[in-house]
Amino acid sequence: MNWTQQKTPVYLAILVVSVVAPFLLPNYQNQLAMLWVMVIIAMSWDVIGGQMGYNSFGNVVFFGVGMYVTAVTQRDMFFDIATYTEKAGGSESLLSSFDFVMGFGVGAALGAVAAVILAAVLGSAILGMRGHYFGICTLGLGLAAGEIANGIDYIGAGSGLVTPIFPDSLGSRGAFFYFYFFGVAVAAFFVLRWLYSNRFGLAINAIRDDEDKAEAMGIRTTRYKTMAWCVSGFFTALAGAGVGNLIGFIDPIDVAFAGPTFGVWMVLMAILGGKGTLWGPVIGAVIFHIMQEVFWTYLLGWQRVALGALIVVIVVFFPQGIMGWIKAKWPERFGHKVEDAPAEAKEAAR
Amino acid sequence: MSQTLLEVKGVSKAFGGVVANHDISLKVPAGSITGLIGPNGSGKTTLFNSIVGYHPIDTGNIEFEGREISHMRVTEIARTGMLRTFQQTRIYKKMTCVQNMLISRPTRDEGMWSLFSAFRREDTERAEDLLEFVGLFSKRHLMAGDLSFGQQKLLEFAMALMNGPKLLLLDEPTAGINPTLINGLIDRLKRANADLGITLFVIEHNMRVIMNLAQHIYCLAHGELLAEGSPDQVQNDQRVIDAYLGAH
Repeated sequence: MNWTQQKTPVYLAILVVSVVAPFLLPNYQNQLAMLWVMVIIAMSWDVIGGQMGYNSFGNVVFFGVGMYVTAVTQRDMFFDIATYTEKAGGSESLLSSFDFVMGFGVGAALGAVAAVILAAVLGSAILGMRGHYFGICTLGLGLAAGEIANGIDYIGAGSGLVTPIFPDSLGSRGAFFYFYFFGVAVAAFFVLRWLYSNRFGLAINAIRDDEDKAEAMGIRTTRYKTMAWCVSGFFTALAGAGVGNLIGFIDPIDVAFAGPTFGVWMVLMAILGGKGTLWGPVIGAVIFHIMQEVFWTYLLGWQRVALGALIVVIVVFFPQGIMGWIKAKWPERFGHKVEDAPAEAKEAAR
Repeated sequence: MSQTLLEVKGVSKAFGGVVANHDISLKVPAGSITGLIGPNGSGKTTLFNSIVGYHPIDTGNIEFEGREISHMRVTEIARTGMLRTFQQTRIYKKMTCVQNMLISRPTRDEGMWSLFSAFRREDTERAEDLLEFVGLFSKRHLMAGDLSFGQQKLLEFAMALMNGPKLLLLDEPTAGINPTLINGLIDRLKRANADLGITLFVIEHNMRVIMNLAQHIYCLAHGELLAEGSPDQVQNDQRVIDAYLGAH
């Protein structure tokens, strides 16, 4: 039995559950939407942190950039700033459903493009650093981004930015963004699965395992590294685009460039599920998000402590993560076994 | 005399006060197997590193196919068709053997968008053929890091062949390999040279191996070129014997 051959039923089951869930649990739509956000940011982080082995603590920059660019686009496409500031506090919908969807769609696309450009520029500057130096540098980027956003009046500076009010005619906000995030997560999953199976995936794995060797073999490491960060930034920005609208208010430090929350969680979820595996970040995100909500509900007051304890347990006992542990335990289930094909079978396989 | 593929002219390299290479000149003819020997610390690996662009050289020129390469970077030099293997074997440990092979495919033709291109059937077939050539076919789906040291060396050699280089610089290919496997390795090196037309430039400590393998041998001692010639000449050269026995 080989697990890699039985995926179709799993995909179908996930699809059915995912489509039905927001209608079965209407009170949990926002939570379920955030679950897919977690899946997206964990998968995106894993491109660079897991598959390529570059521990980035600054991916939250793309999250915030996606969020701000989307919100500003939504605002500036239909309003001038003064009118917006005056009316945004009101409770009435200012946009028709078509305008809202247009504004959000264009905004999310621009946000993703902005994140890719930023990743390319930052990447060419700092991806030459390796190991801890890269990690510390990206940590600085995340902190700096929050402070910079805090000082720009055009995007609301320290008082934040309110996103356009969701039009009633579109139905439930939770459901709308639930399906947006679900769509992005599914797209991210299949795009990454395709990328990991081709030259891109093996090249970034090679960089993770031995970058000097990869260079000595003529692999264009800088190009691959920059591209990997762009891919990572692209999906993280798409997640950020929706989160700003789902929360309805963008604070530069607590929501957009939220290093201590989203910024750390994306790393932990990937580690918990198994760095450098396709399914690991997905599994890690689901478990982490559920645990977090459980702590919040049953350990109120101690939820941060419990989360901190969980993080310690993850790092100490699951350094390989769930998928990493499974792969080490049953390598043959993943096709890693001695296989002496008879000559004729080998010929037939060709 | 056949055409010169690699020419090193008067190369010197010092690390602070330590002169690792002093005014070394040598030639590697196309299609040959050329050896490089010398006692420990005589500057063999430093010379390899200089050739493949690992560090800048102080003086001299290095030409590959008549083209000056001493100012090019590691990856650029690798793409001109000159590869090296490492003394401490380097493979991608958390990837399977086949994956190690696939990502070692030639990179000369890569454009911007081929970053995302899939591997072709020919790539997989060539990878499997070469794994069979080095005797690792049955282990092709195992993680490379789980192989024994000797098998990792064979894998590294196969990866180098996969890249289709014109010149292959091998840094102690037989170090750490079980003596009974060494004969098989010598045979494979000779076949890679004869059948695949890859020129070899080999650092080796095992005298039996290098005398068997190379047509022309250079000997370094204390960072300088001490002697050169056919295996017989070098073997009987009093200076070489003294260098190895420490009469210097």
